[in-house]
Amino acid sequence: MPEIKITPLGAGQDVGRSCILLSMGGKNIMLDCGMHMGYNDERRFPDFSYIVPEGPITSQIDCVIISHFHLDHCGALPYMSEMVGYTGPIYMTHPTKAIAPILLEDMRKVAVERKGESNFFTSQMIKDCIKKVTAVTLHQSVMVDNELEIKAYYAGHVLGAAMFWIRVGSQSVVYTGDYNMTPDRHLGAAWIDKCRPDLLISESTYATTIRDSKRCRERDFLKKVHECVEKGGKVLIPVFALGRAQELCILLETYWERMNLKYPVYFALGLTEKANNYYKMFITWTNQKIRKTFVQRNMFDFKHIKPFDKSYIDNPGAMVVFATPGMLHAGLSLNIFKKWAPYEQNMLIMPGFCVQGTVGHKILNGAKKIEFENRQVVEVKMAVEYMSFSAHADAKGIMQLIQYCEPKNVLLVHGEAQKMEFLKDKIEKEFKISCFMPANGETAVINTPTKIPIDVSLRLLKAEAVRYNAQPPDPKRRRVVHGVLCVKDNRLSFLDIDEICDEIGINRHVIRFTSTVRFDDPGSAVKTAEKLKTLLAEKLQGWSITISDGNISVESVLIKVEGDDDNTKSIYVSWTNQDEDLGSYILGLLQSMVQ
Amino acid sequence: MKLYCLSSDASKPCFVLSFKELLIMLDCGLSAHSVLNFLPLPPVPSTRLASLPNYTPPHVNDPLLEGELKECCGRVFVDSIPEFCPPLDKVVDFSQLDVILISNYTCMMALPFITEETGFKGQVYATEPTLQIGRFYLEELSEWVSSCGSSSGAAKRWKELVHLLPPPLALAARPRAWRRLFSPAALARALSRVRVVGYDERVDIYGALDATAVSSGFCLGSANWVLRSAHEKVAYVSGSSTLTTHPRPINQAALRGADLLVLAALTQTPAHNPDHMLGDLCVHATVTLRAGGSVLCPVYPSGVLYDLLECLSAHLEGAGLAHVPLYVVSPVADSSLAYSNILAEWVSVGKQARVYLPEEPFPHAALVRAGRLKHARSLHDDAFSADFRQPCVVFCGHPSLRFGAAVHLVELWANNPAHAIIFTEPDFPYVEALAPFQPLSMKAFHCPIDTSLNYSQANKLVRELRPRELALPEQYAGGGARPHISADAPTVVVRRGAARSLSVRRRAARATLCGALAARATPRELRAGLRAAPLSAALRVRDARLELVAPPGPAPAPAPRLHWSALDVEALVRALTREGVTEARVEASADGCIVHLPRHDTLVHVERHATHVFCEGRADVRQALRRAIASCLPHI
Repeated sequence: MPEIKITPLGAGQDVGRSCILLSMGGKNIMLDCGMHMGYNDERRFPDFSYIVPEGPITSQIDCVIISHFHLDHCGALPYMSEMVGYTGPIYMTHPTKAIAPILLEDMRKVAVERKGESNFFTSQMIKDCIKKVTAVTLHQSVMVDNELEIKAYYAGHVLGAAMFWIRVGSQSVVYTGDYNMTPDRHLGAAWIDKCRPDLLISESTYATTIRDSKRCRERDFLKKVHECVEKGGKVLIPVFALGRAQELCILLETYWERMNLKYPVYFALGLTEKANNYYKMFITWTNQKIRKTFVQRNMFDFKHIKPFDKSYIDNPGAMVVFATPGMLHAGLSLNIFKKWAPYEQNMLIMPGFCVQGTVGHKILNGAKKIEFENRQVVEVKMAVEYMSFSAHADAKGIMQLIQYCEPKNVLLVHGEAQKMEFLKDKIEKEFKISCFMPANGETAVINTPTKIPIDVSLRLLKAEAVRYNAQPPDPKRRRVVHGVLCVKDNRLSFLDIDEICDEIGINRHVIRFTSTVRFDDPGSAVKTAEKLKTLLAEKLQGWSITISDGNISVESVLIKVEGDDDNTKSIYVSWTNQDEDLGSYILGLLQSMVQ
Repeated sequence: MKLYCLSSDASKPCFVLSFKELLIMLDCGLSAHSVLNFLPLPPVPSTRLASLPNYTPPHVNDPLLEGELKECCGRVFVDSIPEFCPPLDKVVDFSQLDVILISNYTCMMALPFITEETGFKGQVYATEPTLQIGRFYLEELSEWVSSCGSSSGAAKRWKELVHLLPPPLALAARPRAWRRLFSPAALARALSRVRVVGYDERVDIYGALDATAVSSGFCLGSANWVLRSAHEKVAYVSGSSTLTTHPRPINQAALRGADLLVLAALTQTPAHNPDHMLGDLCVHATVTLRAGGSVLCPVYPSGVLYDLLECLSAHLEGAGLAHVPLYVVSPVADSSLAYSNILAEWVSVGKQARVYLPEEPFPHAALVRAGRLKHARSLHDDAFSADFRQPCVVFCGHPSLRFGAAVHLVELWANNPAHAIIFTEPDFPYVEALAPFQPLSMKAFHCPIDTSLNYSQANKLVRELRPRELALPEQYAGGGARPHISADAPTVVVRRGAARSLSVRRRAARATLCGALAARATPRELRAGLRAAPLSAALRVRDARLELVAPPGPAPAPAPRLHWSALDVEALVRALTREGVTEARVEASADGCIVHLPRHDTLVHVERHATHVFCEGRADVRQALRRAIASCLPHI
């Protein structure tokens, strides 16, 4: 039985550093190539030595697919392609190709310039890496080589996020990356057709959560921000430059407008305008509403939100600041946090998930004191709020996607082990399909049914169709085709007997058997035939029995009645060698009827 | 496989292909030439047009004809709402169509005529830009034709008397089939049926075929369609361009080696090189503007317009005329300009690279921001009238000069020789377009820009694609000295109303064989490189896909199904003896011999290609006979 093998190098029972090796039909595909934000050592990158102990991995990998631009999905790409060595094809969508290098460069600066790390990739490496990328559009079917085909579906999670359907021969896999099944303020919901893959590899960040209604969460968020600034507090919202930030900006912008608020809202990062420009340019990737109205009013032109300057950190009075990065692990958001954390009137809103090891993760787990590398200790007195705005599918969404595409197996990645366990049970119970959740470095093996492409002769099919259609419709009736399987040049065909004779140039030798049954029945031969037909029809239900000119045919067995009126009749039963079973059965039937 | 042709205009094609029990419509172009026979519909009442003299054919006194015809400078026009020539509707029943594939937005204008109120139940597929820009074209057309009021009822009487009218009206093709434009509601319904596809997306057509739109290089979102089943391939090439302009370049590889290539919508102006025309246009515009005149370009709201804006603005800047305002007047101008800049995935590599910076792929967004390019819904927009200054360049529709803002501007500027009108759209002969405005003092230039394939490019393309059969509208077929398409492959010529059989023959269908059934078969070598085995398979049909699976129940030993070559009678007798059937008597007969087994009441007629057993005896004897015969013949 053909197999599909999956080995997560990252994101196996874990969030962050997504990197999954998929091998089927002799092809090896790498799904995502991310880095872990929680580590500063070699653990931050996937362990590529698993593929090849040393040296470039080009010969072992047929293609790399990147689902979206988040660094935990593409952060290790320049490391892999330029430092480990990979020159094969890399696929991602157009917006991902446009935005990923900016985030990579951003991250590189933080790592190298702030933390002073060496042995990190350079700006030039990022550029060289992106040059190797082939951009794909939604639903475009890309033939990587003669056997490997990939196709992107809309995933919603961030601008340009995609799920990928991958096929080799008759085996297929869907890899979701991160996705979102509910449309939000600027993105649509993930969608996939009923492609019935052999395996669905789904993220499971929110495997156990069923989130309350989006509207409630938004109202909650706005209420908290408003209360805080009214009391003169400062609100820090750590975000990533692209994605969630745009949605929250749209949210605050409309609220400020409606409530006529004057408190300053800042977006810290030169990227803002540029980021919003990407959203304007790739508006076809946003949701229906934004696409419809963009001619009149572009949602990404903000009136109330101003760029931030570092000198504003110590400004007195209320303000709201969006700062990067989103997990408080480095950079400006961490700097602002250090200054604002010791004051009670301030507030920190974490709008997304934080991976283990980051400051954000510690704070969310209730840490009241944070110790930094340089032994600096910061007391956290500010209010800390976690709001799940992260656009991942929740348990309901994951179940919905399974329903959409009807996979034969499911494999969970990008989530925590216990939560996965819960969802795994649920999937196995509800859909009666097997569900896997390999840990990093562990290989899951999935068996798929063998399906061999074969060319069926139209003559054979048409003959069958004529027979089938001649009978009263019955969807349960079995349709059987008899013919000859022919193997030539490694290709299979299913032919009619005459066709195979022509094909190899032989003369068929037909063997026919005829037996006679004597039957005393006065009246004309035609009448006897009619009588026999009725009797046969009773015995042989479901078979096609026809009569013409006193000749009865049951499928391909012929029955002929001869004899004068008022005399003994001879019933001839005739069949060819391959109809022996039916022929002898009918003969036996007639003989018993006569007695 | 059969091909029907429903359009007489080769550049606004409409074909129907019947294949695998499907009816597939390829494009639904609307021929708008008919509107040239009508009087223009001015957006503002025009006294000149209103006072044109009535025309009555000589020796005809028909009161019903009264007021239907007007004369202007020796030409006769119909004074009525303009009518269009939709695809022929009697050849194919539109309710039976399974799918409509649209190649680009210039070839979809008849869609509502086909899908609305005809019982159409199929699917319509087009790329996203085709749908959006097609919507702009159709909405603009619909708004202009309907906004001019339907005060005068449709003139009908003249159609009965066409033979009495002077040319070119007398030569009008089947005016009785002409129809008025659809209502906005029908238009909206028709467009809502369109399903959007991307380039290289395989669309499953009822399980029988895969249809794929591949880039054709002609305009934003323009596509050639490739229809593929496991064994057959049809390529439909319509509106393609091998020139480098703003859209994605043509994808030729996908079209190669088709069983059938249908070629349509080549250039309408083969004698004019688009690059030279663009240069000429810039020169004419500069000269006119320098002399203090204004320039009018009657254009469609998208397409070549983007190239015109890009080139002309750069050229004017070089000529020191950067202060001259450019106006685009159309009900859809704002949408069209904005929309073109978010189609990054559909433009050429050069334009796409700009998006990564990120900058708009087209420079007209920058022109709008700088205030050099202005757009308005209509001429009487308040903002527009307040801002309007001359000399200027105005881009507005409709290129036929029968409706839209262009009608008013021509009326306004006709008497001033300083102004100029420059025709760029190739759809209408410019002399005819200007006929109802004669006498005309303003300068008229003809710079048609049609980037579709010309004849030598098309011939080269066909040679490279190597189709096994080629189908063409009659306009492109050989005949005399005019340029034509010639190919090595057999060529089928179609004209409006014709149906042609094609030579593609289906022999086999693709199915999947399940592993369990494959394991049952034990193929034997019949000839070097060919193995075969008898097989009985249960056929499962789901979504028109075939599966061969193992019939339920225990696997029977495969019975031999095929015997061949001649039977050696002596060997048969020996074999019978081995089986315990003895006392065989062999007699010669007319075409072989007869083996008589008197003890078993059985006769075996042995001929060259057949053996007939007349067996009155018991079943075990028959089985023995079967084994004996089988052992004497090669079989599988």
